[in-house]
Amino acid sequence: MESIFGLVGDGFAVVAADTSAVHSILVHKSNEDKIMVLDSHKLVAASGEPGDRVQFTEYIQKNVALYQFRNGIPLTTAAAANFTRGELATALRKNPYMVNILMAGFDKEAGASLYYIDYIASLHKVEKGAFGYGSYFALSLMDRHYHSGMSVEEAIDLVDKCIIEIRSRLVVAPPNFVIKIVDKDGAREYAWRESIRDASVAAA
Amino acid sequence: MKLDTSGLESAAPLVGASSGFLDGFADAPSFEVPTTNDFDGFQKEAIQMVKPAKGTTTLAFIFKDGVMVAADSRASMGGYISSQSVKKIIEINPYMLGTMAGGAADCQFWHRNLGIKVCRLHELANKRRISVTGASKLLANILYSYRGMGLSVGTMIAGWDETGPGLYYVDSEGGRLKGMRFSVGSGSPYAYGVLDDGYRYDMSVEEAAELARRAIYHATFRDGASGGVASVYHVGPNGWKKLSGDDVGELHYHYYPVVEGAVEQEMVEVAAA
Repeated sequence: MESIFGLVGDGFAVVAADTSAVHSILVHKSNEDKIMVLDSHKLVAASGEPGDRVQFTEYIQKNVALYQFRNGIPLTTAAAANFTRGELATALRKNPYMVNILMAGFDKEAGASLYYIDYIASLHKVEKGAFGYGSYFALSLMDRHYHSGMSVEEAIDLVDKCIIEIRSRLVVAPPNFVIKIVDKDGAREYAWRESIRDASVAAA
Repeated sequence: MKLDTSGLESAAPLVGASSGFLDGFADAPSFEVPTTNDFDGFQKEAIQMVKPAKGTTTLAFIFKDGVMVAADSRASMGGYISSQSVKKIIEINPYMLGTMAGGAADCQFWHRNLGIKVCRLHELANKRRISVTGASKLLANILYSYRGMGLSVGTMIAGWDETGPGLYYVDSEGGRLKGMRFSVGSGSPYAYGVLDDGYRYDMSVEEAAELARRAIYHATFRDGASGGVASVYHVGPNGWKKLSGDDVGELHYHYYPVVEGAVEQEMVEVAAA
C-alpha cells in the first residue's frame, strides 16, 4: 500500500514514494510518479485517493506559479506549505481532499526544509516524516539512523534501508519506488528503485 | 403510418365522471407501492439491481503498431443476463475509442458527451484533433466534478494522435492513469493473467489481436458476469478498425476442440447373476 517518506540532510532534502496505482486487489500500474516537482526548488510527495491526489497537487502547483507571475518573487517553502495547509483547511469543512503531503524545498535563506501536511490540514516542520502503511517501518528506521547534517550518500543509504524494510515486511508491499532530491541546484529525480519493470518503460 | 399517440393520453380521467365525492378518489390513477417499511432502502436496492454492465471484461494495450482494444458483450442485472450483445467499445470519433465498465448509461452518456461536446468542438476551434491525453484529462475532470454523486464509470480511452498511440485509464473516482496495458471490470484479473503472460511490445497486429481475443475469452470462461462476444478493435495511424467479433462459446471449441473417445468411464452392463 501507499508509502511516502522523506528527510532533510545537509543542504538538501530527499523524498521517496512508492509508484503503485492500486485498485482493490489489482495493481493497475507500477510506475506512477507520486512526487510532483512543484517549482524549481520544491517537491511535493502526495498519497491519498488517486483523483484527489492529482487534482489537489496540480491545483497547488498552478496557484504557486500564479503567485510568482503576479509578484515576481517565488514563494518560500514555508509559504507554499502554509498556503497548501490553508487550502486543505478550507476544503476540510466542505469537500475534503483525501491527500497527505510531504513538501520538501530549498530556500537561499532557510536552506533545505521538509513539511508534513496531512489531509486534516495539520502542518509540521519536520526533519523526517512519512505517510501510509510504509510509515511504520520508515519512521522507526529513520528515528534509529537519522542524524543532523547527513550527506547525500548517508541519506540515500537510509532511504534504501527503508525501501528494503517495506518490501520485506509489509504484506501489501509495493515493488517500485522513486527517489527525488532538492538542494541549491534545484529539485530533480534522483533514482528509481525497481524490483519489477513495467512494459511502458521500454517504449516511453 | 399512423402515429401512436396512446402514450400521451392519461390512463384514467383525473376527475371522475360520477358526481359522487368519494368515487373520484377511487378512480384516480394510482400505482402500487411496494410493501416495505424502508422505502428509501428498497429504492436504493432496486436501482442497484437494474444498474447493468457491472460484470465486464475490457482490455486495451499499446504495442508497436498502435493500440489493441477488446471487450466482452454481456450485460447482467445481478444473476440475470440481460443482454449478450452490448457494445462495450464506444466509438468516440474515428481515432478514439472508449471502453465501458460500470454503469452502462454513465459510460455511454459521458463518452458521447466527450465525442460531440469536447473532441468535436476542439477540432472546430483549433483545426486539429484533440490529443488522447487532453481528451482523457477532460473526461477525468468532468467525472471528478461529479465525484461522490453516484456515477459509476471505469473506462479506458485509447486512440492515435499527433504523438502516436495513447492509452489512459479513467474512473468515476477521478483517477486517471497513463499506461501501456490496462484491463477493467470484474473479469480483469483473469484477463491480466493471460495478457501479461503473452504481451510483447513488438507484436504484429495479428498476434496482438489474437492475444486480446484470447485474454477476453479466458476471462469470460472464469467470470460468470462476462460473456457473449469477444470484440477486438485496432487503432492505428489511420484510425480505428473493428477486427473481429467472436462468440466466446464458439471460441471455446476453437481453442479446445472436443476430443473423440476420451470417455473416462464407460457404463457396462452387469452380467446377470
